[in-house]
Amino acid sequence: MSEIDLSVNVGSLKLKNPIMLASGTVGYGNEISEFIDLSQVGAIITKSISLKPRKGNPPQRITETPSGMLNAIGLTNVGVEEFIKTKIPFLEKLNSTLICNIAASSIEEYVECVEILDSQESIKGFEINVSCPNVREGGLIFGNDINMVGKITKKVRAKTSKPLIIKLSPNTSNIFEFAKVVKKEDGDAVSAINTLVGTSFNIYTRKPKIKNITGGLSGPAIKPVALAKVLEISRNVDIPIIGIGGIMDWNDVVEFMIVGASAVQLGTVNFINPKASIEIIDGLINFCKQTSLNKISDLISSRILE
Amino acid sequence: MFIEDFKIYSNIKIAENTFVIGVESNQKVDDLKPGQFFNIQVSENYFPLLRRPFSISDVQGNKIFFMYKIVGEGTQILSQKKIDEKINLLGPLGNSFNLQDDFENLILIGGGIGIAPFPFMIKQIPNKNYKVLFGVRTKIEAHNFGLKNVLYSSEDGTIGIKGNVIDLLDEELKNLEFEKTKIFACGPNAMFRALQKYLSDKNILCEVSMESAMACGFGICQGCPTEHKNSDSYKLICKDGPIFNIRDIVI
Ligand SMILES: Cc1cc2nc3c(=O)[nH]c(=O)nc-3n(C[C@H](O)[C@H](O)[C@H](O)COP(=O)(O)OP(=O)(O)OC[C@H]3O[C@@H](n4cnc5c(N)ncnc54)[C@H](O)[C@@H]3O)c2cc1C
Ligand SMILES: Cc1cc2nc3c(=O)[nH]c(=O)nc-3n(C[C@H](O)[C@H](O)[C@H](O)COP(=O)(O)O)c2cc1C
Ligand code: FES
Repeated sequence: MSEIDLSVNVGSLKLKNPIMLASGTVGYGNEISEFIDLSQVGAIITKSISLKPRKGNPPQRITETPSGMLNAIGLTNVGVEEFIKTKIPFLEKLNSTLICNIAASSIEEYVECVEILDSQESIKGFEINVSCPNVREGGLIFGNDINMVGKITKKVRAKTSKPLIIKLSPNTSNIFEFAKVVKKEDGDAVSAINTLVGTSFNIYTRKPKIKNITGGLSGPAIKPVALAKVLEISRNVDIPIIGIGGIMDWNDVVEFMIVGASAVQLGTVNFINPKASIEIIDGLINFCKQTSLNKISDLISSRILE
Repeated sequence: MFIEDFKIYSNIKIAENTFVIGVESNQKVDDLKPGQFFNIQVSENYFPLLRRPFSISDVQGNKIFFMYKIVGEGTQILSQKKIDEKINLLGPLGNSFNLQDDFENLILIGGGIGIAPFPFMIKQIPNKNYKVLFGVRTKIEAHNFGLKNVLYSSEDGTIGIKGNVIDLLDEELKNLEFEKTKIFACGPNAMFRALQKYLSDKNILCEVSMESAMACGFGICQGCPTEHKNSDSYKLICKDGPIFNIRDIVI
């Protein structure tokens, strides 16, 4: 049998395999690179960068929930300037496809960030976070406003010819409408999903377990929701989808691709098993061999609904 | 740092709700420093999902020992592990206690399971005098896992003095020269707060090992921040710590 072809295209973005590492779950690459060779994965997506550095929310920031976790990190990051100065040089050396995730509290700020970063050759694309549930400005307010998502896509598109991905919020009842707007404004792809709003209380103290009271739910607990959102977009809009939510192993990746994802991102699993991405790539090769599949891209949207 | 399956060598109850688990690797485990910890996956099926952090309690050849207290689901599962079962370790993580300072006397303060890192630590400094001040709620929680010179305080007075470790410390420091003494403490934040206050007017070195809920343990989730007096940004307990100078932390 010929070599298995794991490569996929996400709009104009070409990836050697469909495995991307999700924003906020790999930092700026250095810690996780002690465990794996990052050039092996399809792409890595940096922690959301904002124009100015952000200290983030006070502790306690995380708590575990059944098959998941809640986080209210609050977009802690070093800011664009420091990112270019101290993080890019290391990331460049990794020889991995680098996607830069951007968070902002105004349209102007998104535009400015992209303008500054666009000249960085090592950045192969942008993922725009319009969906963080843990910050007051920007975040969810944007993610739930369809006109805003349209405007952000349009204004950012005007500033870059690199692949542009919009990361959508699941905290809405009609995610496909958002994907439609992204397509209309010439976004290359959508990522689905960011975390779901959740909370957790201590029954003895009657206080919330995280300081921010609510946080973003991630991990296996959200996988069925994420799959349903990917399916919803895939059935209604012709745009590449990056599936995210609760992926723990190669089986999950296959499921996301069948449902409609062109690629996927791994999040919470990186904390528990930083080698998961490499193990998943091996698992996918075996799956393809087992099922006589030469090209993994043949899986995309291959679902059979009746 | 490595991620590796270890074989369980022993898992023994040493006091009320308190166990020591020993794990064994095929290779020699070296380069472990006192104060460092491992993030242990207590279940293979991701339930509970996150790893649990535990300080290195002792190292013997290719065996590592962890002292732990049952507080919830994860530690409950750990207590039921049998010899020869496999368990996955990620580490070693974090910074370590600074044992290089020019001190003669060592005071080790452990609140509850906080004494966990000390047996490994004292092996590195065989020629120093040390005393352990061990604060427990009640007698059945007390033990001395390989430690000598242990003084107890208990909340209900059933062992040692009735009171807390600060009372013990106050008594102990009466006979010691501060410049030649260093304190290491590990325990709950409430204990650090009391200790910080008690030491505020005394010129004595003190390092503490802090705890926090953690998702990754090695700096990628940003889930374990702590305020630091000399920094505008948060420090990460898993990576910048868990050991901090008591004068630098905000609790
Ligand atoms: C650096 C470090 C070293 C530690 N060393 C030891 C040790 O040597 N012996 C020992 O008994 N305990 C130690 N702890 C505390 C230990 O990690 C917790 O008691 C344990 O995670 C509780 O798990 P559980 O499932 O039984 O409890 P649950 O309450 O069910 O835990 C739920 C979640 O909260 C986290 N969590 C809960 N309490 C703590 C806590 N106090 N600290 C950190 N995370 C917590 C868990 O990791 C888990 O994600 C250490 C903690 C840290 C941060
Ligand atoms: C601790 C943590 C921090 C995160 N930070 C970001 C972030 O900065 N920007 C972003 O777009 N998404 C962030 N996310 C969301 C993830 O990228 C991902 O969308 C989500 O966790 C769902 O995937 P998972 O279930 O595989 O973790 C974060 C998630 C976690 C758990
Ligand atoms: S536990 Fe993840 S950064 Fe400290």
